[in-house]
Amino acid sequence: MSDHDRHQTPSQTVGPYFTMRLSAEGENVLTSPETIGQRIRIEGRVLDGDRKRIEDALLELWQADSAGRYHHPNDDRNDVPEDPAFNGFGRCATDFQTGAYSFLTIRPGPVPHPDGGMQAPHVSVTIQARGMLNPTFTRIYFDDEAANASDSVLLSVPDSRRATLIAERVDITDSSVPTFRFDIRYQGDDETVFFDV
Amino acid sequence: MTLTYSPRAHDDHPPFLYSDYRSTAKRAPSHGLIAIVQTLTETTGPGPAWADLSVDDADLTTNAGTGGEAIGQRSIVTGRVLDENGDPVPHTLVEIWQANACGRYMHWRETAFPAPLDPNFLGVGQCRTGDDGEYQFLTIKPGPYPWGNHPNAWRPAHIHFSLLGPSVATRLVTQMYFPDDPLLDIDPIFQSVPQHSRNLLIAAYDHAITVENWALGYRWDIVLRGARATP
Ligand SMILES: [Fe+3]
Repeated sequence: MSDHDRHQTPSQTVGPYFTMRLSAEGENVLTSPETIGQRIRIEGRVLDGDRKRIEDALLELWQADSAGRYHHPNDDRNDVPEDPAFNGFGRCATDFQTGAYSFLTIRPGPVPHPDGGMQAPHVSVTIQARGMLNPTFTRIYFDDEAANASDSVLLSVPDSRRATLIAERVDITDSSVPTFRFDIRYQGDDETVFFDV
Repeated sequence: MTLTYSPRAHDDHPPFLYSDYRSTAKRAPSHGLIAIVQTLTETTGPGPAWADLSVDDADLTTNAGTGGEAIGQRSIVTGRVLDENGDPVPHTLVEIWQANACGRYMHWRETAFPAPLDPNFLGVGQCRTGDDGEYQFLTIKPGPYPWGNHPNAWRPAHIHFSLLGPSVATRLVTQMYFPDDPLLDIDPIFQSVPQHSRNLLIAAYDHAITVENWALGYRWDIVLRGARATP
């Protein structure tokens, strides 16, 4: 039983028409010219249990700045500088034809874990769609980060599923920005790990 | 001192897989969710920064900017955003979208339902909660609309709500329904909610909010996961 006065308001699906309000043009670009840090692109597709495109998913990305600082009052560490030119929030609706999404952002810095030590650089992704009654939450790590080997969240995930959380650096000839590929899959042996945040 | 959030009360929310809502069949996770210790990644979130950057745009009856007014039953929809402890959640961005009075969305994907569009109604709005957690919109009551889930399927009148809240952990997208709607009993999306919580999605008609010779009033409070301080 809940020890609270009130029940949480239940979640409902975002439905097929959320783009009327929830993903304006350009909201998948988190950087401005003043933003500090290495530019990266994160791209991929959202796929259903038959590995068909999910053509109407909403992805919300949340991350720390290049120093590992979150643009948020709960991150009150005075010893970590805050980049005023970076909010850390992006939204992208998947492409109706392909189920693809992309974000242009910066490589986040490491952030501390409450049990001690630093976490490997990662970004948080929240996924919602028609046919999803609740949001799902995952994290994107980067395959060129040595710190992945000691990240306590990654280590809490069974070996066999850990790779689903790690974006793969790919060479895109027409892009000067390092690009990481991260597909999000529902159902099946290679389903993306979703967290109970 | 660190702020964390009480767990997601899965028993208060719909299941991922709800067979009467057919599109959940291929879009529900099949593995269990993996528990995570909340870190700064989860206890922070975009809400405060986006609330700072946003402007209120809470009158959907005129925000199409045409100079004309939307057709439909003018309605004030207001309430408070609270956490589980009953404390107000201020400075939260509330974004809404809805169909027009005929049940038609102004969206390029809506092609199957031959109901008229209203050039004076976009069906979108947003506002930030005040210190008391209060939000308020002026809109028109949306109409029910058909959808392809099953033969002769109709959604009850509803307004889609998105709340960023104070953290990733408090993210909520939901739908507000209207009282005494006969379609609620046969709507799989509404029925997916555990019975004890269904009434939490239905606004109450409130005559104290109704404005004479102007608009009907509805009250709907929204409850997000509660913050707790960890020493
Ligand atoms: Fe709808």
